[in-house]
Amino acid sequence: MSVKQSRKARALNWADDRFGGAGILRTAMNKVFPDHWSFMLGEIALYSFVILLISGTYLSFFFVPSMTEIVYNGSYVPLKGVKMTEAYASTLDISFDVRGGLLMRQIHHWAALFFLIAMTVHMLRIFFTGAFRRPREVNWVIGSLLLILGIVEGFAGYGLPDDLLSGTGLRITEGIMLAIPVVGSWVSSLVFGGEFPGTEFIPRLYIVHVLLIPGIMLALIAVHVLLVAFHKHTQFPGPGRTEKNVVGYPLMPVYMAKAGGFFFIVFGVTVFMAAIATINPVWMFGPYVPNAVGAGSQPDWYMGFLDGSTRIMPAIEFTLINYTLSLNLLIPTLVLPGIMFTLLIFYPWIEAWATGDKREHHLLDRPRNAPTRTALGVMALTFYGILWISGGNDIIAVAFGLSINAITWTLRFGLFILPAIAFVITKRICLALQRRDRDKLLHGRETGQILRLPHGEFIEIHAPISEKEKAKILSKVDIEPLALPPATDRDGVAVPQSFRKRLQAKVSHFYFGDNVPKPSAAEIEAAEHHLQEIAENVEAPSH
Amino acid sequence: MTKEITLRKLRGHKHAHLVVITFSLLFVAIIWTALSTQMQTAKAAVSTETSVQFGKSLFAEGCSSCHGLQGEGTTDGPSLIGVGAAAVDFQVSSGRMPMATQGIQAMRKDPVYSEEEIAALAAYVATFGPGPAIPTDEQIDYTGADIGLGGELFRVNCAQCHNFAGQGGALTEGKYAPNIDLATPRQIYEAMITGPQNMPVFSEESLTPDEKRAIIAYIMALREVPNAGGLDLGRYGPVTEGLFAWTFGLGILIALAIWIGIKAK
Ligand code: HEC
Ligand code: HEC
Ligand code: HEM
Repeated sequence: MSVKQSRKARALNWADDRFGGAGILRTAMNKVFPDHWSFMLGEIALYSFVILLISGTYLSFFFVPSMTEIVYNGSYVPLKGVKMTEAYASTLDISFDVRGGLLMRQIHHWAALFFLIAMTVHMLRIFFTGAFRRPREVNWVIGSLLLILGIVEGFAGYGLPDDLLSGTGLRITEGIMLAIPVVGSWVSSLVFGGEFPGTEFIPRLYIVHVLLIPGIMLALIAVHVLLVAFHKHTQFPGPGRTEKNVVGYPLMPVYMAKAGGFFFIVFGVTVFMAAIATINPVWMFGPYVPNAVGAGSQPDWYMGFLDGSTRIMPAIEFTLINYTLSLNLLIPTLVLPGIMFTLLIFYPWIEAWATGDKREHHLLDRPRNAPTRTALGVMALTFYGILWISGGNDIIAVAFGLSINAITWTLRFGLFILPAIAFVITKRICLALQRRDRDKLLHGRETGQILRLPHGEFIEIHAPISEKEKAKILSKVDIEPLALPPATDRDGVAVPQSFRKRLQAKVSHFYFGDNVPKPSAAEIEAAEHHLQEIAENVEAPSH
Repeated sequence: MTKEITLRKLRGHKHAHLVVITFSLLFVAIIWTALSTQMQTAKAAVSTETSVQFGKSLFAEGCSSCHGLQGEGTTDGPSLIGVGAAAVDFQVSSGRMPMATQGIQAMRKDPVYSEEEIAALAAYVATFGPGPAIPTDEQIDYTGADIGLGGELFRVNCAQCHNFAGQGGALTEGKYAPNIDLATPRQIYEAMITGPQNMPVFSEESLTPDEKRAIIAYIMALREVPNAGGLDLGRYGPVTEGLFAWTFGLGILIALAIWIGIKAK
């Protein structure tokens, strides 16, 4: 063994002998990453999370999670001499007396908004391209849990400074807890350590915010990212891209350099936002006092849909014997999100059951090729969007000089009517796009050149489409709706049809019944032949 | 002869111009004081006698169509009996009255009447019945008032309608509490003692004069303290922040994601 090894190589060998990482690393480095901007959305979420960890750690050096009352004597004049909790006072100190504190607070809060925006948009990308299908269902569930935890984490952070807005939010949270049938008041007094607001809550919320939820999220994110590497990334259909390969850059060094650069871009944009725009000016809201409330008290955007559902819910309350059932809080804040998140988490299985499609998929769907899924997605988005708008009904009323009552009633009806309309329109558009794709394959693309044939007829010249586009269109997978099991057996005896099977066939028909099948190979060949002929005809006279 | 010499001598003295200026200033001051006292007494006289007359004619011309000739009210405007001079000063100096169009709510605009005309109108309407008088300069002098207390009172009494920063908010049926950024200390005081439209009256019991001045001091401080942290995004709270993040922030990030994709090729 006289081969001389560099020091670095020796160190690596040492590590490999002990941890055996080389094998794993080699497979990881040989991975490739397909390229599309929408694949960066998950990364924006990941990087925002890192930014939140960094900025949050800085804030935790100065933030005092205590509800002990003190008299403020810091440098923000309009609050001098006001009684407040230490939590609020320390947030003011971070904002006005800690070096870089206000910038850090604003970085932390803008990053929180970006984190949830990026997760949401990332999820939409996954949904509309069918990337959640087998084998990635579990990662979809992890993603959904991350989104839910992100919302809770953000709301916990929003509650920490103990200003008037966060206190109002917590008061509503208490109301929601109280609305839980039977155990409500017990839950509330457990969480708040007695009467609201008490003195226990902020310290508890703090541990939830800086330790419990970030810890769980960190673990989930790790699994999430590992699973992406394990399953390999999905890709959009294109030439040479199949269910069996991944076309893209090698992970090392191209992708890593790109990703590393992108981290600094996300960081830069967040710092830029934090430097130019105030977010959560707690000093203007004042400290929380139970008898005060501000007009335009809204939560951050990601809680907006729940605020909205509460705002447009008609006031329904029942009194059974001497027990009040507050449906006006129970339905919009517990039942509704419960249903929404359950549907979200289980969607991959719902669709797989409905379509009977249990194959593995590594090529993404173009949204038009899954018209029912796309339409369902837009329908859900419309529903969510209306709840979201409802959360800002008072701001809209002021900004546009409208009556808040009229807005509320419009939104109440809109919540049920508009999603249905959105479904129908989206599905129509998808099917129309499918038909256009089919036309393009069979008749080529329109060139805009008009030709007069010898016998006087005008025709528009159609040119064959590019290989890339052809591959894209041909990537479509036609799925036949599940047929009903035969109604009679071989001997003509009626078999009892199981309700489940019939339902499944119905739903399957709902998903694929109006699919526009892509042309068969023979049809395409004939069409190409035809196009060839026209092209020759066109060229002949011009010579 | 000697007289002439002394005068000339005096004129030639190097401090002569100082003496002259001092005397002329004194003279002007005396005349001014005399005149202005006269003017003030004249003014007082006007406000008790002619001002009411003047106000009456202004009222008949500009207000009676809606409020009735004796301020008894019509279908187009409420009765003004007992609203007091303060209500008139508030409504007319903030341009709300005379109401331009029949809307849900009179809006703030540039005042139509001059200060004297407003005083005359107020004096006339005050004769309909007893009501709050226009607050004096001392009553609204908020120097040294407790800003911190003012903030607390503002959040408990005013923020639920006017928003935490006085940016305004929606009330029911298209009514709204306006932005109060333009209101003068006097108008703020008057708004509190007259309770225009849907705003409640804050009596001496609910807010003492000192507390009212504290609130004014807080509102003024909010305007003067520069916004910390960058653009204030309208001070509407999380709604505008969310919109800004979704449009501006996400827009930049996606543009850069596309750019880095192109760059890497
Ligand atoms: C076009 C009709 C109209 C005209 C002209 C008009 N007002 Fe009014 N005024 C109203 C209405 C309607 C209200 C109540 C609604 C509101 O305050 O927004 C009102 C309210 C008032 C109030 C407040 C009453 C209260 O209870 O506090 C005062 C004071 C007043 N007007 C004075 C005047 C004066 C002074 C003039 C003339 C310069 C005038 N108005 C001209 C329609 C009118
Ligand atoms: C119930 C809601 C409500 C509350 C509480 C309330 N206001 Fe108002 N305020 C209004 C409405 C409505 C108007 C508009 C009146 C009009 O247009 O005639 C108004 C008008 C005003 C104006 C006139 C603004 C301008 O630019 O002309 C001021 C100043 C004002 N309020 C100050 C206060 C202060 C200070 C408090 C707390 C002590 C307060 N308001 C509490 C509803 C409210
Ligand atoms: C994972 C996602 C996280 C989200 C979505 C989030 C969100 C928020 C939000 C919205 C606030 C209110 C900020 C404000 O005052 O404007 C906040 C406050 C705070 N966060 Fe986080 N945070 C996250 C992670 C963390 C972590 C990991 C830490 C600490 C290690 C942390 C520490 C703090 C502290 C100390 C405050 C209170 C200080 C203050 O409000 O100024 N956060 N957080």
